Amino acid sequence: MNRGDFDVKRTIGAAALATILALPGAAGADELKIGLISTLSGPSAALGQHLRDGFLLAVKQRGGKLGGEAAEVIVVDDELKPDVAVTKAKALVDRDKVDFVVGVVFSNVMNAVAKPLAESKTFLISANAGPSTLAGEGCSPYVFSASYQNDQNHEVLGKYAQDKGYKKVVLMAPNYQAGKDSLAGFKRHYKGEVAEEIYTQLGQLDFSAELARIAAAEPDAVFTFMPGGMGVNLVKQYRQAGLADTVPFLSAFTVDETTLPATQGAALGLYSGAAWAPNLDTPENKAFVAAFEKEYGYVPALYAAQAYDAALMIDAAVKGLGGKLDDKEAVRAALKKADFKSVRGAFSFNTNQFPIQDFYLVKVAKRPDGKFETEIAETVFKQYGDVYAAKCPMK
Amino acid sequence: MSTTLLLIQTLNGLQLGVLLFLIAAGLTLVFGVMDFINLAHGVQYMLGAYFLAAFAAATGSFALGLVLALGAALLCGVVLERLVLRHLYGRDHLDQVLATFGIILFLNEAVRALWGSAPLHVDIPEAMSGAVRLMPGLLYPFYRLVLIGAGLGVALLLYVLVAHTRIGMRVRAGASDAAMVSALGVNVGRLFTLVFGFGAMLAGFAGALAAPILSVEPGMGDNILILAFVVVVIGGIGSVRGAFVAALLVGLVDTLGRSFSTSLMRLAMDSSAAAQAGPALASMLVYVLMALVLAVRPRGLFPARAG
Repeated sequence: MNRGDFDVKRTIGAAALATILALPGAAGADELKIGLISTLSGPSAALGQHLRDGFLLAVKQRGGKLGGEAAEVIVVDDELKPDVAVTKAKALVDRDKVDFVVGVVFSNVMNAVAKPLAESKTFLISANAGPSTLAGEGCSPYVFSASYQNDQNHEVLGKYAQDKGYKKVVLMAPNYQAGKDSLAGFKRHYKGEVAEEIYTQLGQLDFSAELARIAAAEPDAVFTFMPGGMGVNLVKQYRQAGLADTVPFLSAFTVDETTLPATQGAALGLYSGAAWAPNLDTPENKAFVAAFEKEYGYVPALYAAQAYDAALMIDAAVKGLGGKLDDKEAVRAALKKADFKSVRGAFSFNTNQFPIQDFYLVKVAKRPDGKFETEIAETVFKQYGDVYAAKCPMK
Repeated sequence: MSTTLLLIQTLNGLQLGVLLFLIAAGLTLVFGVMDFINLAHGVQYMLGAYFLAAFAAATGSFALGLVLALGAALLCGVVLERLVLRHLYGRDHLDQVLATFGIILFLNEAVRALWGSAPLHVDIPEAMSGAVRLMPGLLYPFYRLVLIGAGLGVALLLYVLVAHTRIGMRVRAGASDAAMVSALGVNVGRLFTLVFGFGAMLAGFAGALAAPILSVEPGMGDNILILAFVVVVIGGIGSVRGAFVAALLVGLVDTLGRSFSTSLMRLAMDSSAAAQAGPALASMLVYVLMALVLAVRPRGLFPARAG
């Protein structure tokens, strides 16, 4: 456990204590309250930890304030269970009377909490999940995304494979909805031959059988979506099977800073698609990455960067409104201006309130200090919106 | 070409089977000898992997790390048995399931608190880092062959221990009739601690061996536990020999199913339907196998308990 962790706990503890003390006299009118829903237990807790730390860093840097108002962040763990998340989201609204809800790592949790939050007219700002259900016909004035739409990161690799002239690829994903969406996203821009589509069991540990199939198909490249521990296993075994040197490895949410500490050198040179990487060359990003590593002692992943941006977004909106958050339409307009300096550089909102931004092919590299990170290899999409925005009735 | 692929997949199946056997051996002994359902057995597997990661990093040597990890896994098993599980032997299975499920939650979170949520990295030991080229474009890591060898070695050792030693005789006797063994003057309490500790060590050994090829993370034992239970049920509760045969069977069926089900389905339906049906069928095969075995032999392949 690092010192950063400890500080966060202390902050949360103090915040909880403050809540208890404030209860009888009703909360102070000027205080800004933000609920942060993240996955902090179970196998995927590393992602949620990045998200939480990214957000709290921004608040801490502003002396515990956002938009000039003292900000109280209430962190809750969704346990990656939609029903638990809904209960906790309702508690954030009814009991804690939060002004904004930020977070959510996984799309199934996001889908579950979006509706009750919108019904209570509470703004939900996604720091990661971007399901198509909330980007298309089901878009909502109360949902903003500070991250991306799910398909986009997969499209990056499909576009890259097409531009690169790969004739034959093998696709592999876990056998569940997000896995199928992923392969569909890849194929949106890739027009070459798909030699094999391999669906694996969710939570599969050993990929030796699949790797033999890949080698037998002799493809120009492999595209895969293997989040979390599955990805760690796959990357290690891909390297050990000698495929990493011969067949380019294109992936989404498989190699990033949450899994690199485990795969280390095995992931060197593997590709991923993202709207952000630690070495993205903007002054804001350099400052963010340096501050994050100093505070928490590890390299931030995109979840941290997106959560940091979500905090800056709230900061700018609250500042612009002078702290008056009662007029929901005004709050929405203020958020939509995106009047903040994103660590990702150019950033604006589409009609569906999902971002329009650049997407990059990123490649795993070893830094001079021995730590691993993804680094930008090339820009694949310039100021790119998602395909679902056209179906969103909002203007 | 397709014969080579079949050969490689058989090897892969064998390797999964061996890993499963190491976990199932301890589970079946505890289940059979003590009539105790230990859901926390998967956690022992996880602890083995974490201990290896920690000790190998601290000592800089895989071998030394492995020895220390085995010791720590054994110690953990014994402590767990003495502190918690001992009090549950007389209770019914539901109490045991609840209590050991609690242990899973507790230890998973304890591991997270100690080592963090991010998966840990373990290198393949230098001496075993080579690879064999089995077909064009595919290397078979030497380490996986070592894993198969180590598993088979442990199986042999277990066979000698259980079938040809005094302590093994007691364990077998305990599996078939614990009350009688106790009446004959065997200290059943000590026997139980021993069996439990040994089972925990075997699971830890499996975890330690798996650490360089799989990701070491909280909850890594939960998935494999289900397969281990399938192995125990197919093999016959309490039978180490049954666990061995069943583990290899499950490993092979699972791996070959995953490799060839899609191609097989293509013979019967069009390509996109096969891509959907193949994986669905593959993930069911192990359970279909279990159902078939139980239909023919309701007590498993090699039932240990008489009558």
